[in-house]
Amino acid sequence: MSHHILEVIDLEYSYPDGTPALGGISFTVTHGESVALVGSNGAGKSTLLLHLAGCLVPQSGEVRIGHLPLTKKTIPQVRRNIGMVFQDPDDQLFMPLVYDDVAFAPLNLGFPPEEVEQRVVDALETVGAAHLRNRPPYRLSGGEKRAVAIATVLSMSPSVLFMDEPTSNLDPRARRELIALLRKFEHTRIIATHDLDMALDVCTRTIILKNGSIIADGPALDILGNEEILHAGGLEKPLRLQGCPICRNN
Amino acid sequence: MSTISSSLFDVNHLDALSNQTTCIHRIDPRVKLLTTLVFIASILSLNKYQISALIPFAIYPIVLISLGNLPLKYLLRKVLLAAPFAFFIGIWNPFLDTNILFNIGPVFISGGWLSFASIMIRFTLTVFAVLALIGSTGFNAICMALEKLGVPRGFVVQLLFLYRYIFVLTEEASRMVRARSLRSFDGNGMGIRVFGSMIGNLLLRTLDRAQRIHTAMLSRGFDGEIRLAYPLKINVWDILFLLGWSALFILMRFYSLPHLMGDLFSGLVK
Repeated sequence: MSHHILEVIDLEYSYPDGTPALGGISFTVTHGESVALVGSNGAGKSTLLLHLAGCLVPQSGEVRIGHLPLTKKTIPQVRRNIGMVFQDPDDQLFMPLVYDDVAFAPLNLGFPPEEVEQRVVDALETVGAAHLRNRPPYRLSGGEKRAVAIATVLSMSPSVLFMDEPTSNLDPRARRELIALLRKFEHTRIIATHDLDMALDVCTRTIILKNGSIIADGPALDILGNEEILHAGGLEKPLRLQGCPICRNN
Repeated sequence: MSTISSSLFDVNHLDALSNQTTCIHRIDPRVKLLTTLVFIASILSLNKYQISALIPFAIYPIVLISLGNLPLKYLLRKVLLAAPFAFFIGIWNPFLDTNILFNIGPVFISGGWLSFASIMIRFTLTVFAVLALIGSTGFNAICMALEKLGVPRGFVVQLLFLYRYIFVLTEEASRMVRARSLRSFDGNGMGIRVFGSMIGNLLLRTLDRAQRIHTAMLSRGFDGEIRLAYPLKINVWDILFLLGWSALFILMRFYSLPHLMGDLFSGLVK
């Protein structure tokens, strides 16, 4: 087992219409690390995640997951180890019932029926959605959808989790519960988000992207507490690190 | 856009009905599907003037609805909603087929009116039977049954996806329509040009979504085949249900029960 689970080396990508999205990104993530990927809209977070999940192939540079370089040939192999949670749960939950959705990946991986059943039960229990297994996805609330979307990738027991805006559109309690859940995970996690308070809670490390390049990479508390760097990236301090609006204390 | 939203809710309701656990709900979906097909085939193959032979067939939807604990009023509304289609198909018959077949006192009944009545009865019976099938089985289980009965998988998967995303799509459409109506005044902005660009927009969004769904599928190991784990099991009751009903339908198809009863009674009187 390699200590470096994820390596991105000089990754570049521009969209088919020529708009540059990523311009030479390099970083390494070690086993069990949880990394927040932050940056203003259009900074390249989602594009980077799509590369990491093998949905886009690098135009130049390299992405290595485990020990495998990510190429068209290795994509099916690499995908067994990664769980990608997309921003809109309606995109992620495409099967008729919650059960089918959570069983989708294990069935595709060719597990025997008893093992599939066990994995589905475990994954749903982990996210606290065991009671939803026979419900159709369109009848779930936003928070339930999100929980189930996470269960759909947990059921393949990936070693790395990629998440795109996991706390978007959640009410405060659902968000709080999700944060508690994410903190429990021992997977290597990369979370693209605008929710910097969540990043502070869940992640030990933060990477700031701006116009497709990394402008800061370091311990979450150092970066998220540094107003100068955050401003440069078009961001603001997490609310909890800002002064109280009533007593005006910093 | 109350119509889209409310009909959406209705589909939801029909599906919710299928979550019950009555004896009808427990019957294997394949069995119910096949039985309903035999039912429809028997009804449709009757001669267009054979009204009396149609009546006994009502027993099947009646049994399904009452034992399956389905709300009759709600189903009736659905049938009425579709009734105009059958009505306009049948309404020309009285004008085209004026051949007098019999009279009730001074009223002469032409073949056209008879076949019109026959169309309406057939329509009511078949739609009731199909609604009872969906309400007691659920759309997804019917798709499963289709697949197990040998309908090509691609077709079944298309149906499942259609059913899954019809809700997302109609919600998206009704949001667009609402957004438009909030900024349209005095009928301005409600014209066909805006409508056209909205439809186009909806199509592009749908294509985008399709691509995102495909990516989500690929990242969970999709290889072109959808695997579904549904252990469907047929037991003795299921077989009896299928054989019993089918036998009854075929019997009713070839021997008009009201005629038989009539003959029987007149025989007794003699």
